Amino acid sequence: MSDSRPDGNEAGILHIALAGNPNSGKSTLFNLLTGLRQKVANYPGVTVEKKEGVLRLPEGLEVHVVDLPGAYSLNPRSPDEEIAHDVVLGLRDDTRPLDLLVVVVDASNLERNLFFASQLLGVGRPVVIALNMMDVARAAGFVIDVPSLQLALGVPVVAMAANRGEGVAELRAVIARQLTAPSVPRERIPLSPSVAEIVDAAGEAMVAAGLAKLDWARGEVLRLISSQKALDHRRLAGAPSVRAAVEKARGELAARGVAWHTLEATQRYRWIESVLRRARGQREVSENVTDRLDRVFTHRVLGPAILLAVVFAVFAAIFQLAQYPMDAIQSGFDATGRLALRLLPEGLMQDMLVNGVLAGVGSILVFLPQIMLLFLFLGILEDSGYMARVAFIMDRVMGRVGLHGKAFIPLVSSFACAIPGVMATRTIENARDRLVTILVAPLMCCSARWPVYFLLAGTFIPPVRVFGLIPLPAIIIFAMVVLGVVAAVLMAGVFRRTIARGENPSLILELPPYRMPAFGAVFRVMIERGWIFVKNAGTVILAISIVLWALSAFPRRPGASPSEQIRQSYAGKIGHLIEPVIQPLGFDWKIGVAILASFAAREVFVSSMGTIYGVETADSENPTDLRERLRAEADPATGAPFFTPLRAVSLMVYYVLAMQCMSTMAAVRRETGGWKWAVFQFAYMGVLAWGASFLVWHGGRWLGFP
Amino acid sequence: MQTLAELEIGAEAYVSRLDAPPPDAQRLMEMGLTAGAKVRVMRQAPLGDPLEVAVRGCRLSIRRADAQAVILSGDDHV
Repeated sequence: MSDSRPDGNEAGILHIALAGNPNSGKSTLFNLLTGLRQKVANYPGVTVEKKEGVLRLPEGLEVHVVDLPGAYSLNPRSPDEEIAHDVVLGLRDDTRPLDLLVVVVDASNLERNLFFASQLLGVGRPVVIALNMMDVARAAGFVIDVPSLQLALGVPVVAMAANRGEGVAELRAVIARQLTAPSVPRERIPLSPSVAEIVDAAGEAMVAAGLAKLDWARGEVLRLISSQKALDHRRLAGAPSVRAAVEKARGELAARGVAWHTLEATQRYRWIESVLRRARGQREVSENVTDRLDRVFTHRVLGPAILLAVVFAVFAAIFQLAQYPMDAIQSGFDATGRLALRLLPEGLMQDMLVNGVLAGVGSILVFLPQIMLLFLFLGILEDSGYMARVAFIMDRVMGRVGLHGKAFIPLVSSFACAIPGVMATRTIENARDRLVTILVAPLMCCSARWPVYFLLAGTFIPPVRVFGLIPLPAIIIFAMVVLGVVAAVLMAGVFRRTIARGENPSLILELPPYRMPAFGAVFRVMIERGWIFVKNAGTVILAISIVLWALSAFPRRPGASPSEQIRQSYAGKIGHLIEPVIQPLGFDWKIGVAILASFAAREVFVSSMGTIYGVETADSENPTDLRERLRAEADPATGAPFFTPLRAVSLMVYYVLAMQCMSTMAAVRRETGGWKWAVFQFAYMGVLAWGASFLVWHGGRWLGFP
Repeated sequence: MQTLAELEIGAEAYVSRLDAPPPDAQRLMEMGLTAGAKVRVMRQAPLGDPLEVAVRGCRLSIRRADAQAVILSGDDHV
């Protein structure tokens, strides 16, 4: 694969792009055209997936294909649409000007899909229309006259059903033909003579500035006239004559009573209506499947109940199914560690490998099965169309805290693990909504927190039953889960009013028809996302693991017991150093060391406490020896037990709120395109955790708790 | 003057104009809500908001607050 990897810069290679609305079946078609020869990365600096591949055409011609993110319009409202706009117009340095645009159009939703298509017909590139989902259109009663549509659009139209493989061979042939004899479509949008005169005058300015050809200038000019954002775009910075001409046209239109900001959409849809009057007929069909399903899935009572059941089922499946591979990974790492202990000579190298690399990376990779299963379910929910209904049902609730309905599933996923939660925010189009969701997602109670809560609540909270019924430790743990949710809601509100203010984010959401998920594509995404996580584990997380190990392994004192070694190590020294900072929370330097070490992953807290207190914790689920040792720890000042219930609660509150997870930080860095927001998140969560624990500790003392 | 937010569930009407800031109006139009387009409110979400609206053969979810910007008329004469 590496030798044929598309890098988009060799001379003589032809470049084509797939463009189209979301839910038009673009990804399925891309997979069919490129097979396994594809590469997925991010566009630099943004969280938009860049999918590239190689299409092999008859006669040995190889074409570089880029699958553009789904877009509704060339006037962008999301990072995805921004990228589509930039690539189509050849404004990006990392993509080549396109030799051909393959516009994927959903035949069952033709009218709306043709809007974006009509814009793409006017950008001066050869176009082929892939009229996809013909099977769905037929079932919905649409009769499409393909030759007539082709005549009206002026470009080749290939009828297909990509999910069944229908029409793919023909599409290849048409692409090959278009590449050997390319022709740029002429602009077709009819305008009334007086409007046409004004618009085309501005078009001539574009032609003079070298930004368009006379044949197709009209479409782009219409866009510039109607969209202030398009006119303010940087690509026109060097063309003041175009700006002046467009503004003049606006003035003349206004003088004739034509509302220029509605001109583009109105005229395009008017044209589409006239095209479809000729090329599309409709049979009467009985109520469609989507309507019948929606009557149940978005029902006043049944809808929320089904949603709850789906979430519950997904979680049950994740925790049940993931357990076996997780145990296998854990024992694999344990066995490798034992093998390394036996094979390698005792010393620094062995210590680093076993206690640094294997322990650190192992504690992260153990979550891989959970994460991949979660992606599998998220993919199925998204692809089937149900995810849009979840957003529809939850929008009111999420809207209250300034989030979009689409933020619901990423936040719920974060109860298993924040990493897939953060990555699942990709379905949120609006950049600010996405950011706020990412920032609060790690406050949800992820599965790595449970061992910490079990250890602390199970050891130090008296097991009395409240109302003779519910054990107090269970109530405290439940309170911690609630605290995380409350903190997330509050912080989302704060961010909405401060760093993420702005335009109406969630104006409109498409509710696509339900369909059978394309399991191949879903599976592929699961593998890709899982692989990203593994790559993180192999780079950022590996590096941090080694640093954390070195802090506790140096300076070395040969012959010392593990607990003596860590006490006099740099980690121990840092623990002492930060003691004044964490003392107001009721923590001592030993807890400081455990907090430092568990930055790798929260559940490492348990084994770190074991090391510090010199107890082997074979079973982190039920560390009986550690519990006894901790209970016996005395406060050096008073001689009373050091770990009081209040101290334990303060520590648990700290773990609810603090960003004690390097893999989430790595994921946030990746998803937000840099360290800035990852560091910001680390900082705000740290401040929040410190403040809350401070209040708990001092408030509790003031109330008289020991 | 009726707005999309006031249209009864199951009822049909035509878009007359949009009373939203230009960037929002533009996106609503791009999604099909241009003057003269036939709209129908299919249902409301379980909590009463947003609305599911059918326009040009596709289904959109629009919050009531945004639907108020869509001014309707009884016929398609723009």
